[in-house]
Amino acid sequence: MEGLISLAVKAVFVENLALSFFLGMCTFLAVSKKISTALGLGISVMVVQAITVPANNLLLNTLLKPGALAWAGFPDVDLTFLGLISYIGVIAAIVQILEMFLDKYVPALYNALGIFLPLITVNCAILGGSLFMVERDYNFAEAATYGLSSGFGWALAITAMAGVREKLKYSDVPDGLQGLGITFITAGLMAMAFMSFSGVKL
Amino acid sequence: MGLRNFFDRIEPNFTKGGKYEKLFPIYEMVESFIYTPKTVTTVAPHARSYVDMKRIMTYVVIATIPCILWGMWNTGYQANSAIAMLGADAATGWRIAILQALGISLDAANPLANVAHGFLYFLPIYLTTLVVGGIWEVIFATVRGHEVNEGFLVTSMLYTLILPASTPLWQVALGISFGVVIGKEVFGGTGKNFLNPALVGRAFLYFAYPAYMSGDSVWTPVDGFSGATALAVSASDGYQQLAANGITWMDAFYGTIQGSFGETSTLAAMLGLAFLLMTKIANWRLVVGCLAGMIGFSLLLNVIGSDSNPMFAMPWYWHLVLGGYAFGLAFMVTEPVSASHTNTGRYIYGALIGVMVVLIRVINPAFPEGMMLAILFGNVFAPLIDYFVVQANIKRRARRHV
Repeated sequence: MEGLISLAVKAVFVENLALSFFLGMCTFLAVSKKISTALGLGISVMVVQAITVPANNLLLNTLLKPGALAWAGFPDVDLTFLGLISYIGVIAAIVQILEMFLDKYVPALYNALGIFLPLITVNCAILGGSLFMVERDYNFAEAATYGLSSGFGWALAITAMAGVREKLKYSDVPDGLQGLGITFITAGLMAMAFMSFSGVKL
Repeated sequence: MGLRNFFDRIEPNFTKGGKYEKLFPIYEMVESFIYTPKTVTTVAPHARSYVDMKRIMTYVVIATIPCILWGMWNTGYQANSAIAMLGADAATGWRIAILQALGISLDAANPLANVAHGFLYFLPIYLTTLVVGGIWEVIFATVRGHEVNEGFLVTSMLYTLILPASTPLWQVALGISFGVVIGKEVFGGTGKNFLNPALVGRAFLYFAYPAYMSGDSVWTPVDGFSGATALAVSASDGYQQLAANGITWMDAFYGTIQGSFGETSTLAAMLGLAFLLMTKIANWRLVVGCLAGMIGFSLLLNVIGSDSNPMFAMPWYWHLVLGGYAFGLAFMVTEPVSASHTNTGRYIYGALIGVMVVLIRVINPAFPEGMMLAILFGNVFAPLIDYFVVQANIKRRARRHV
């Protein structure tokens, strides 16, 4: 249990997907203009991440790993070369389901997210989460914790970013830097503030 | 009134259409530094207050005076003590030459000698900060047509006070450039930034040149002398070990310990804080929140305890006096621009910093000093805290009028 808690804290703060690995930057920069939208996107990334990482973990352990197919009578088969394509397939399917769900039950959020919801499919933070899970050899419980908390870390980062950007509406940014320029600088400065966690051993 | 007349005479050269129109910000800077600005509000609504930007910023600079004086004394004291310990061979460099030319001894027991020695460390760093930062300010002010204001005086003073005395001057210049340009001017100048520019500059140096900014040998500017800061000692051996190193609580409170220029003395920082609270420039809610967060979280960690990490056991009154906590609390947590703007938000913002500083000090072995990073972290979340406080307020009021 203690191991899981420190894994969660680590995934949220120390190894924040957005601010220390700079994953999922396209949506991080594009959908952080308003706090309410950013919050919605953050929550959907969190949900998608919390489902896909454990799902891919199951996939890896029951189908892909060397020897994982022993239950079907193929103990010598190694399907890890199918990893990337299967993870993306799982992510795409789950995002599609989430989209249909939101369309039916939370139309306001569905409209606010617009094109960005389908884009979560190709969000590097989501695929990155699954690949980290593979690389670090998480078991199922760890994968579930990691998925949820890394998604939460990303959501925290994008909401904070949106907060700062709403405040920056009152700033007087030079013409050449307006828009994405100042957003990149802001993201860099935020990452510097998050560096307070680098080096934390849990 | 000769000076006033002189300003009035040359002013037309700098206003629109004048010969040196482009240099108006420089004229304005010098003029408003000496005289009260004469611009008044011309369009409604007229809000009258005795406070203007110049007064706020000047008050903050005044509030740092105890820290400056104490910082000079302590730097000189640490340097003189180190020289006394290492022998006269360690006493080299232009500062020693000047002191000897003036006939000032290197006696650590003589307060004036300490201040003089410390002053010779303080002055180059402060001048470099003023000149380099000032050049950036003037460039931006001239090109963008806003004014150079006293905010820069505060930034440069705070920045100088949080640097170790042995910082090379080119790093000082680099740090203040980053702080002023990236931390403040790209957002439009004073009041439009979201992070504290002095801290941005300091943190930049911290991450870019860790060897010069942390470790044991940077705090006392004498070659070959190494003295760990009290927090570094506590992090490796536990705070009980401080007594063995000759540091009592009162030493840390008065500030006769290793550390950056202005941050060692809790007493001096408290004097500044009292002045800021009295003049209502610092908001007391921020201070209360920050103290409550720090005390509450360190008590919690005391209860939890840990076998391997001695920092868990450090009581809150030690956290208060060690490192940059008191200085940051007085001058940086209370900075109105980068803090939360709602009253409830101020408590939360303060508490967040208080918790974070203890957290970083205790669980992060890489950064035994934690205040600077904790404040930057708080700055990032300040607008978000405001947002949620405002939303909660809107919801509460909406419920009242169904």
